[in-house]
Amino acid sequence: MSEAVAYKSAERRGETFSYLPPMTQDRLRKNIAYLISQNWNPAIEHTEPEKSMSSFWYLWKLPMFGERSIERILGELEACHRANPGQHVRLIGYDNYAQSQGTAFIVYRASGR
Amino acid sequence: MAEKSYQAGVKEYRKTYWTPDYVPLDTDLLAVFKIVAQAGVPREEAAAAVAAESSTGTWTTVWTDLLTDLDYYKGRAYRIEPVPGDDNAFYAFIAYPIDLFEEGSVVNVLTSLVGNVFGFKAVRSLRLEDIRFPLAYVKTCGGPPNGIQLERDRLNKYGRPLLGCTIKPKLGLSAKNYGRAVYECLRGGLDFTKDDENINSQPFMRWQHRFEFVMEAVHKATSETGERKGHYLNVTAPTPEEMYKRAEFAKSLGAPIIMHDFLTAGFTANTGLANWCRENGMLLHIHRAMHAVLDRNPMHGIHFRVLTKCLRLSGGDHLHSGTVVGKLEGDREATIGWVDLMREPFVPENRARGIFFDQDWGAMPGVMPVASGGIHVWHMPALTAIFGDDACFQFGGGTLGHPWGNAAGAHANRVALEACVEARNQGRPVEREGREILTEAAQHSPELKIAMETWKEIKFEFDVVDKLDTGPMLRVVNA
Repeated sequence: MSEAVAYKSAERRGETFSYLPPMTQDRLRKNIAYLISQNWNPAIEHTEPEKSMSSFWYLWKLPMFGERSIERILGELEACHRANPGQHVRLIGYDNYAQSQGTAFIVYRASGR
Repeated sequence: MAEKSYQAGVKEYRKTYWTPDYVPLDTDLLAVFKIVAQAGVPREEAAAAVAAESSTGTWTTVWTDLLTDLDYYKGRAYRIEPVPGDDNAFYAFIAYPIDLFEEGSVVNVLTSLVGNVFGFKAVRSLRLEDIRFPLAYVKTCGGPPNGIQLERDRLNKYGRPLLGCTIKPKLGLSAKNYGRAVYECLRGGLDFTKDDENINSQPFMRWQHRFEFVMEAVHKATSETGERKGHYLNVTAPTPEEMYKRAEFAKSLGAPIIMHDFLTAGFTANTGLANWCRENGMLLHIHRAMHAVLDRNPMHGIHFRVLTKCLRLSGGDHLHSGTVVGKLEGDREATIGWVDLMREPFVPENRARGIFFDQDWGAMPGVMPVASGGIHVWHMPALTAIFGDDACFQFGGGTLGHPWGNAAGAHANRVALEACVEARNQGRPVEREGREILTEAAQHSPELKIAMETWKEIKFEFDVVDKLDTGPMLRVVNA
């Protein structure tokens, strides 16, 4: 049995995939491809980190209904990030059959809190 | 109308209750029983006897039978089928008119279908295998107070299964020490922790004290991680009055979820609590203590898929489903069958999964299956593949037994879960490549690496006792 190691205290997280290393372009592309393959509608949200506990982040433009181009989704994510540099930006896949979100994960994470 | 005359005495059940030409109505409640009749009792007679004793009949003719239209109210045995691989047993299909049952009362349905008839001498053993609840009846039941979709929205959890942990030791911790264990799990990355089922309000930890310390832990972990979290506060109690009191107190502390044991406490209590939860915006986790007493014997009792349907009608947002891979009983195809019954809007007949009838749930919300019991990080790939996203995996020993403590154990499970989900999203065969997926993820997580070393050798590979009735041919194919 190895010796116990102290657990890092009070680290801020961001739900799905926030316990994996920061998202790379390659992984992001594959996750977007999965979202498209499920026929979910992509949408982008952003927020100041201190308001991240709210159910409602700012909606970036409108959901991209029926969008099937990885490049265009990546382009909108970058545009949102450039316009809101100090904010979290997350990608959502709206599942209109389940009337829920099939997935949601942070793509650009504001540094700090 | 008045052509029947009264003749006292005993007549064969099949003369009244065996109706092979009957075509069931869409509004009939259908049931299938596995019957072993006593020696010398013909199958039709045994099936008719079960139909009679679970509906309008009694052992002798009574004159008051003639004061009503028994042909309208009687249950009818309408089909008999052999049980694959068993020459003694047979399936009897019985149709019950919907007006035999009080609306919205699982209690009333069970009192008829699994009442006196299970002690009836003419049958050696009897098992209720499945019930088709007509949509007209489903619509009279409240069902899950929230359902999977609302739970995800409330807790902001999307695109992955949820993670929980039952706090151990089950009995004996003080309220503050218990709250410590909760806090460590939640800050490490779990969504939920859980009271063990037999924690109610014992001398070592009264319920008020537990609720207070636990909710302090939940609120602290929530604000520190920025993720919404909960603890299933067990409100199972000796009386309904006490149960509601505990539920109210949980609500006053800001708890998002409470818990109940639906079989030991009973369906009346459960349905009432589900209604309370619906009115108070509270999620309801359902534990299933006592189920194996009812459902494990393949020849006698009630199959778990029936208990599952009854719970969905009575109301609950989570229900323990078995894990397939852990320490407790559960055949894979049969488990997928009742998991579908928990969460799908329509489940078609599928004998390969033990489902005898189409079941239409209408707009009733789904129940989140909970896989719990003897599972650890090495099981994560299989769990992700079997259950998909709409499930909650609970690692008790598999969290608390981590050599660095609960927070590290929780963290390891969360990393493993997210790695499996992302591998699935990338199109990788998660079960087959499980070892590689976890090994890759452990390169970035010392917590996962040590968890994988700790539980490397543990397996639970006893054969299940309650198998589907597939017969010898299919057994060989499965083996």
